[in-house]
Amino acid sequence: MHVIHSGNVNVNTQGDYAPVTEEMGVRLPLLALLAKEPAHGYELKQALELTFGAAYPSPNIGQIYVTLGRLEKDGLVRAVAVEQSNRPNKKVYYLTEDGREALTTWADGIVEGPRVRDEFFMKLVLAPMTGIADRSALIGRQTRHFLGIMRDLHHLAETTPPEDRFAHLLIEGAMLHLQADLDWLERCREELT
Amino acid sequence: MSNDPVVRTVNLVKIYQNGGVPVPAVRGIDLSVEPGSFTAITGPSGSGKSTLVHMLGGLDPRTSGEIWMSGKRVDTLSESAWALLRRERIGLVFQFFNLIGNMTVADNVELPALLAGATPREARERREYLLGELGLADRADDSPTRLAGGEQQRVALARALANRPSLLLADEPTGNLDSRNTRDVLRLLSQVHKDGQTIIMVTHDARVASLADRLVTLLDGQIVDDGSIPAPRRRPLGRAGDVIELHG
Repeated sequence: MHVIHSGNVNVNTQGDYAPVTEEMGVRLPLLALLAKEPAHGYELKQALELTFGAAYPSPNIGQIYVTLGRLEKDGLVRAVAVEQSNRPNKKVYYLTEDGREALTTWADGIVEGPRVRDEFFMKLVLAPMTGIADRSALIGRQTRHFLGIMRDLHHLAETTPPEDRFAHLLIEGAMLHLQADLDWLERCREELT
Repeated sequence: MSNDPVVRTVNLVKIYQNGGVPVPAVRGIDLSVEPGSFTAITGPSGSGKSTLVHMLGGLDPRTSGEIWMSGKRVDTLSESAWALLRRERIGLVFQFFNLIGNMTVADNVELPALLAGATPREARERREYLLGELGLADRADDSPTRLAGGEQQRVALARALANRPSLLLADEPTGNLDSRNTRDVLRLLSQVHKDGQTIIMVTHDARVASLADRLVTLLDGQIVDDGSIPAPRRRPLGRAGDVIELHG
């Protein structure tokens, strides 16, 4: 599962969040769920929602079927048609040997650490050289912007039910990343202004 | 209520003497804080932020410059006049708690309200509300000396707010707290701010600072950044999924 949160994301000039990589996406969560037991598309959607609650922006059923189709094409899952009375057959998916291997590789792999090349840092170093911006002002604005995001996260934590433990842990992680970014901005101020 | 700033400083300076060597801690601060606002003060250690709020609370005399509170000059007050001003107008939460050991937690919190003229019933209701919000309702009858540091810190916050002071001055009010207790403190601060409480708070904790309307950054005893904390340009977040993204 590749998750990405605001504190760990390059916040660009538009205040948008950088996109996540496609690869990890929904594919591996689906493989992981299928490693437990064969299931059809809708069951997988429900299982994802049940596990991640509010932290999971529920992929729509179409996305799930598209992803399952790709996994099938790649040989990582197979589908069998199960007859249902009064209704069209449903496809039940199960994991192939290749699928299990892909899942193991994913589970054993390490996840990229925090960003090193940082757009803000480029600005901070380069902009004053061109005389178009002042470092202290850049740091101040960025700091206050991060605090605005922190306020959002705080609000989100307040409105997320306490029993959604995974969601709370993700929010807390995002907050800790933001705190680190803010500490780093303070270091930049001490060193560069 | 007057429209004067709750606090205004004019070229405020503090110079400590360290073995005959003058050490400037605050070097000419002009700050104006409006009623109902929440100002977070941040900066690296040694930047003068604690010295600044100590001066605003009358705990440390200024070297030069002026301090005004709600239109009245206060830097020239005597120590006893400062004590009276604090009792009537200022709630303090500093790193020392000064809770009274031979009184219960409840009495510690009610005392400022009673001194300010609240009825016993008002004082009790306010105390029950504050201790409840801070997760300390079941410690009301204990002596503060039996409490852990983080609990004492929260009692100090409850005491500071008992009086609905014109100004809450706090120096790292979440410094000793774990994340659950910090959350209680944040919720209470956000609540009293919504109710109109003016707050000036030194903090390193971004979660606390993010509740403020305004961030003032100090460096070497001077203000180097002063601005509002913007509302994010994105739409308000509805759920974690809006921050934490999973793409397929």
